[in-house]
Amino acid sequence: MNDWRYVFSQNRATLLAFVFFVVMFAIYSTNHPAGFSANVVQTAANKGVLLALVAMAQTFVVITAGIDLSVGAMFVLTNCLASWIVVGTAWTAALGVAGVLLTGLACGAVNGLIVIVGRLQPIVATIATGAVFFGLALVLRPTPGGDVYGPLADALTGRVFSVLPASLVALAAVVVIIWIPYRRSVIGRAAYAVGSSEQAAFMSGVPVDLAKFCAYVLSGLAASMAGLFLTFVTYSGEASAANGGTYTLYSIAAVVLGGVSLYGGSGSAIGAIFGALMFRTIGDLLFVFNLDPLWQPLFQGLVLLAAICVGAARLFQVRNRLELFE
Amino acid sequence: MSVRAQAKISDGLLKRVDRPVVIAFACIVALLLVGSLYSRSFLSPEYLLQQLKVASFLGVIATGTMIVILLGQIDLSVPWVVAVGGMMSTAATGWGPAGEALAIPFGIACGVALGLVNGFGVAYLRIPSMIITLAVNAVAQGLMVVHTGGFSPQDSSSPAMRTLATGDLVFGLPNALIVWAVVGAGTIFLLNRTTFGRAVYGIGNRERAAYLSGIDTQRIVLIAFAIAGGLSAFGGVLLAGYASKAAQAMGDAYLLPAIASVVLGGASILGGRGSYFGTIAGVILITLLQSILSVVQMPEAGRQIIYGVVIIAMLLLYGRESRTR
Repeated sequence: MNDWRYVFSQNRATLLAFVFFVVMFAIYSTNHPAGFSANVVQTAANKGVLLALVAMAQTFVVITAGIDLSVGAMFVLTNCLASWIVVGTAWTAALGVAGVLLTGLACGAVNGLIVIVGRLQPIVATIATGAVFFGLALVLRPTPGGDVYGPLADALTGRVFSVLPASLVALAAVVVIIWIPYRRSVIGRAAYAVGSSEQAAFMSGVPVDLAKFCAYVLSGLAASMAGLFLTFVTYSGEASAANGGTYTLYSIAAVVLGGVSLYGGSGSAIGAIFGALMFRTIGDLLFVFNLDPLWQPLFQGLVLLAAICVGAARLFQVRNRLELFE
Repeated sequence: MSVRAQAKISDGLLKRVDRPVVIAFACIVALLLVGSLYSRSFLSPEYLLQQLKVASFLGVIATGTMIVILLGQIDLSVPWVVAVGGMMSTAATGWGPAGEALAIPFGIACGVALGLVNGFGVAYLRIPSMIITLAVNAVAQGLMVVHTGGFSPQDSSSPAMRTLATGDLVFGLPNALIVWAVVGAGTIFLLNRTTFGRAVYGIGNRERAAYLSGIDTQRIVLIAFAIAGGLSAFGGVLLAGYASKAAQAMGDAYLLPAIASVVLGGASILGGRGSYFGTIAGVILITLLQSILSVVQMPEAGRQIIYGVVIIAMLLLYGRESRTR
């Protein structure tokens, strides 16, 4: 009994994000002109999974009390790269996918090394590496274009058994293959410890540097998966500064909506994924209520503002003013 | 004067001038020398004045960013607060003579209002600044989209704004540069000679300690964010005057350079440490770097890469944190 209560309180933020998402998506799909159909879900899933993967990338770093402002740039860079190398026959495409994922790992490793060995603040370091990654993306694709291996793209953006969106299955697979083993490993626990208190973790003999490095590398990997998936959705690569910027900012919003603390040490990638899906649904809600698209950015901003103000409700539980300044 | 006294004086001087500020100014000189190898005109007074004029827009915006960074917070709402400043001042210009006269203060006031929302969220609701300023940025964007789409306001700037940003009234010095000098002098006074400034540094070092020493930290944070919002919007007003019109994405190119120039000037992103001279050096450095890269006709891709590499290289020179122990 007490065990259950503990598990519940540990995952309260994730559950809350899940419930909010389900409610919002229910409102969305019941008001959709086409109703709750496999098509509606598939379109929403493809859009949501893109942000969910970027948010997952952000989560790895945020848990260690860092921040990665280059996720958007890595996302754009791997998108451009994929539009060059994930082409041709099945074999060359498979090699290309491996190349894209390795590039993501390498970008993450560069971030990690600069933050850990260079001892720079993550927020500034990743702004700078983000500029470099975006520059490389522009080298690859000065103008939008390119191609992608069709069968793979169709398989991953289509439906499994003509009901379930394949993108959601892929996302679940990523969670099961990467997130859950990571969360349960020593390194994963070390990442949470570093996020709670780097000093305490260091003094308890936790491998601080290794944990941080793995977090940045995994962040690069998740961002490259998102870039790959964008290529599958759009069939092309584009070095779009707007895309990079908005995905970086939205990933932070999604992470917060998903109950991951920006101060580090708490939250989970699963929460961030629901945060991302929720954020996407907010954007789509206006569409089904037939409101002027002109009002959509304002509506989205106000909902974001309201959501984080509710998140600040901790304020009303404070007994001693000094607790505020922790 | 004995050798010892001399050593003492130079030691005192070294202590007063931060190492990062010296390195940043040295890098500016080095950049100019490298540029002059490419073309003599990099050392001409006209080119340098032109660069200072362009730098003053970033300078005004970076001033606000710096005050917020000194608190240990960050302001990600810069892009759309700049746009709000520009767009609301041009909109006011379209409301007749009274609006035209009040265009500049009105634009700044809108920025102050958004800054107050930021500050209230950070100081009183205790929301992390990174996320509340992000949300305010989104709301400001939404407001401007509705504003342009729904009311189709005037987007060309008033003569006063144009004079402020492009004219030169005194000794051929660009007005924009004089504006930046006034803003800068005010900021230096505010940070070094007033209790408000001392409180800002105190909060940046440790808010809890500042609170316990009797500073109303929440009010200081609120005011600091309001000032930052006002300065961002003022930057937008100047930019609208410079381009003689306001546009929606006009602030997008200013967020990262503003943060980069503050940090390159030696301010700690964790707060409590940094001087305004550093920010001046950082702003000039970033502006020169961008200008030289565009003069040598570097393609956009190369510009981005060099820009990022230079920031990292400079920070590795002097911006490193101490090791955990």
